[in-house]
Amino acid sequence: MTGNHMDHLQELENISVYIFREAYANFKNLGMLWSMGKDSTVLLWLARKAFYGHVPFPLIHIDTHFKIPEMIEYRDRIVREWKINMVVGSNEQALESKQTFPDGAIDRISCCQLLKTEALRGVLTGDGVRYRFNHALGEYQREENPEPFTGVIVGARADEEGSRSKERYFSPRDRQNEWHIAEQPPEFWNQYKTDFATGTNVRIHPLLDWTEINIWEYIEREKIPTVSLYYNQGEGTRYRSLGCYPCTFPVKSEARNVREIIEELKTGRFSKIAEREGRAQDKEDGGGLESLRREGYM
Amino acid sequence: MNIVFVGHVDHGKSTVVGRLLAETGSLPDGKLEQIQARCERESQPFEYAYLIDALKEEQAQSITIDAARVFFHSNKRHYIIIDAPGHIEFIKNMVTGASRAEAAVLVIDAKEGVQENSRRHGYLLWMLGIRQIVVLINKMDLVDFDEGVFNNVVADYQQFLDELGIKPMFYIPVSGMQGANIAVHNEDTAWYQAETLLDALDSFQKASPPVDLPFRMPVQDIYKFTQYGDSRRIVAGSVSSGKLAIGDRVIFYPSGKVSTVNSFEAYAAEQPGEVISGSATGFTLTKQIYIQRGEIASKVDEPPPYVSKRLRVSLVWLGQKPMVPQKQYHLKLGTAKIRCTIEHIDKIIDASDYSSTEKDRIEHHDVAQCVLLLHAPIACDLSESLADTSRFVIVDDYEIRGGGIVLEALPDEGSQIREAVFLRERKWIDSAVSMYQRSERYNQRSCLIIVTGTEESRRKEVAHQLEKSLFQSGKFVYFLGIGSVIYGVDADLKLFTATDDPQEHMRRLAEIAHIFIDAGLILIVTAREIDQADLNLIRSSIGNERVEVVWNGSRVTTDINPDFQIDDDDDLNTSVTSIKGLLMEHGVIFAP
Repeated sequence: MTGNHMDHLQELENISVYIFREAYANFKNLGMLWSMGKDSTVLLWLARKAFYGHVPFPLIHIDTHFKIPEMIEYRDRIVREWKINMVVGSNEQALESKQTFPDGAIDRISCCQLLKTEALRGVLTGDGVRYRFNHALGEYQREENPEPFTGVIVGARADEEGSRSKERYFSPRDRQNEWHIAEQPPEFWNQYKTDFATGTNVRIHPLLDWTEINIWEYIEREKIPTVSLYYNQGEGTRYRSLGCYPCTFPVKSEARNVREIIEELKTGRFSKIAEREGRAQDKEDGGGLESLRREGYM
Repeated sequence: MNIVFVGHVDHGKSTVVGRLLAETGSLPDGKLEQIQARCERESQPFEYAYLIDALKEEQAQSITIDAARVFFHSNKRHYIIIDAPGHIEFIKNMVTGASRAEAAVLVIDAKEGVQENSRRHGYLLWMLGIRQIVVLINKMDLVDFDEGVFNNVVADYQQFLDELGIKPMFYIPVSGMQGANIAVHNEDTAWYQAETLLDALDSFQKASPPVDLPFRMPVQDIYKFTQYGDSRRIVAGSVSSGKLAIGDRVIFYPSGKVSTVNSFEAYAAEQPGEVISGSATGFTLTKQIYIQRGEIASKVDEPPPYVSKRLRVSLVWLGQKPMVPQKQYHLKLGTAKIRCTIEHIDKIIDASDYSSTEKDRIEHHDVAQCVLLLHAPIACDLSESLADTSRFVIVDDYEIRGGGIVLEALPDEGSQIREAVFLRERKWIDSAVSMYQRSERYNQRSCLIIVTGTEESRRKEVAHQLEKSLFQSGKFVYFLGIGSVIYGVDADLKLFTATDDPQEHMRRLAEIAHIFIDAGLILIVTAREIDQADLNLIRSSIGNERVEVVWNGSRVTTDINPDFQIDDDDDLNTSVTSIKGLLMEHGVIFAP
């Protein structure tokens, strides 16, 4: 069984690498979202597999300024170590005017819309403010005249929740960054939508066929460095899914390392509990994140 | 294993899938309750289909609108179920789902019997290459689990499949609503004791990777990450069939370039000595050759792919506007993307009753057999021998609007010359100093510069001036007069008689140029009013990237699109300076 399982991981890796290379060959302004979570960190690792240790396009992080501090520390450590071309963007207007859920101004869903969806739209189109990490100076600097991204690689998985299972490997977004689920292009075999009109962009999903267990098994196999928040540090809790601290809560778990997480997912109390149960905004959106995603949420 | 569910609208695919998930305990805690609670809130009766149709929009329409992926497992293995929709407007989603499937479940309503999309989907499964098929006769509860009804529907559908030469592995009477024969047998269908749906799925074979077939790898890219201090030149791609080992001689099509595998590269993994089909890989070559994305790598000692501009294909058209002969489209096959038009429509197959009609256009959802004419030769295989490299899509206005398989590669006007070039490349004996070493030494990229124009244009003056100017800047350059070739190399050709063979003349000129280029030189020739056919011939012999075409005069009188145009009224030196500017731009010579 273990042997077959490793084969399945290898198959998944092969398909993902193929998708990465198709994206790189076809999109001049390509970027990849990195939330420092386990999925997009696996994505980052796969990019290095595809391009032989290099990441030949920028990584993008939408910083809500409510992220758990360990996530930001981990981000900047990896950026330095792996010489990542890192771009960070936020909805500065909403943050300055305190239009956020933690400030008590709006509900969780509206907060996600402003700090994530709206901020992302700004970073992708180039209308919003972007900061790029300057490796020579070791700090983030505001980017002048940002160009729009035409292709965006995202770590969405089909098994996460309903709406994500409707994605294509290459899913177009229109000029407003919106997703038209009923009008998606066909994907024949391994031919994807790599042609696009000016002003539109394409979301690329190399992890679509991976499950949560696949992600952890791959992290174990490849020894991928992950943020410590995923592991029980002795207090009997850990994060199963990472996000903003006002809306993301740790789950009860004794798992201290990757192996114990995999065991827990397979046989323990999590084997039948949805991964995003610790994410408060999902429960307020009856469509299973669908209304958020239609407008560009990841 | 990837399984796709297809069938006519409302024949109950999602209900069958929902039932399958529930009966195999494959649902996460809370998911079922979540959907049930929502149905209660919205005063709707709960159906398993809601599990699949998780989006509000779909529930409003009560049909599955996309190929949702659902994960589940039996005692035997893991499955990804793709619940493809049956609504006629959504065939593109069914294609998406079925493209990734290794096996298919086709659902037919026992009461409604075989419908248009039962047949259309059956045909598409064949075209998409799915051979493991189970047919479910569903909603048996609505026909009192009557064996006669089941037998009639089976006979009806098998008659249709016989025409395609398809034999499903199973016909199973089921009820998605009541759970009959999904995972367990049901007393209402006591007359049926063969496999349940779950048994049938478990009996399917995991498609074994086609390692015993000839090696094929569409080239995705040539990586050279010098900006990160990495000097490796890696040919990257995914192996679609066969296997490749270090030391194997590889030949790339359509260029015909030959080299040998030096190493397989890998990051954070051991470097393999051999790769097999399915591997996303990359290798370095012992001899540097110029190849591009879009070519197909194969092995010198195995059957080669076909190279042609004319392909007989079977395709399904998904565009709202019909595919018409006058219009230009793009064909994508492997990693190649080439402009194409319809040369001839052989027949349109009406999937609703599988009759053939003759039409001059391919309408929405038509399945057609036709001949496509490509703008440049492509490398491909035929669907009967190597499925992966026979599959293509048609792009129209940024969108994939059709897809199909290559049935036959037809001869085109360049076939003969190409065959000769491929043989030459295979048999070529390398000199001890490579073209790239010469290039570095001479500080130039060797190429053929064709100076062309109308009869009155001053082609020769320009060519001579360019030769002198390049020579003075230290370049290794040679002007070859056409007369010198005609009375020398071509002396055996009957040039001024009715048997005059301009193609052979052009072929010889190209072969001479090929030798000069291999020797690292820049060769300048003149030609009167060169046309596209001549250029295609020259390019197939020495490669697209090694030809620069300069047109003299303000109006191009042939069908070519020259790299550069100069005005005959300009000062000769000005013209030569601007040609040198172009050569710099194209990387033939470098800025001082």
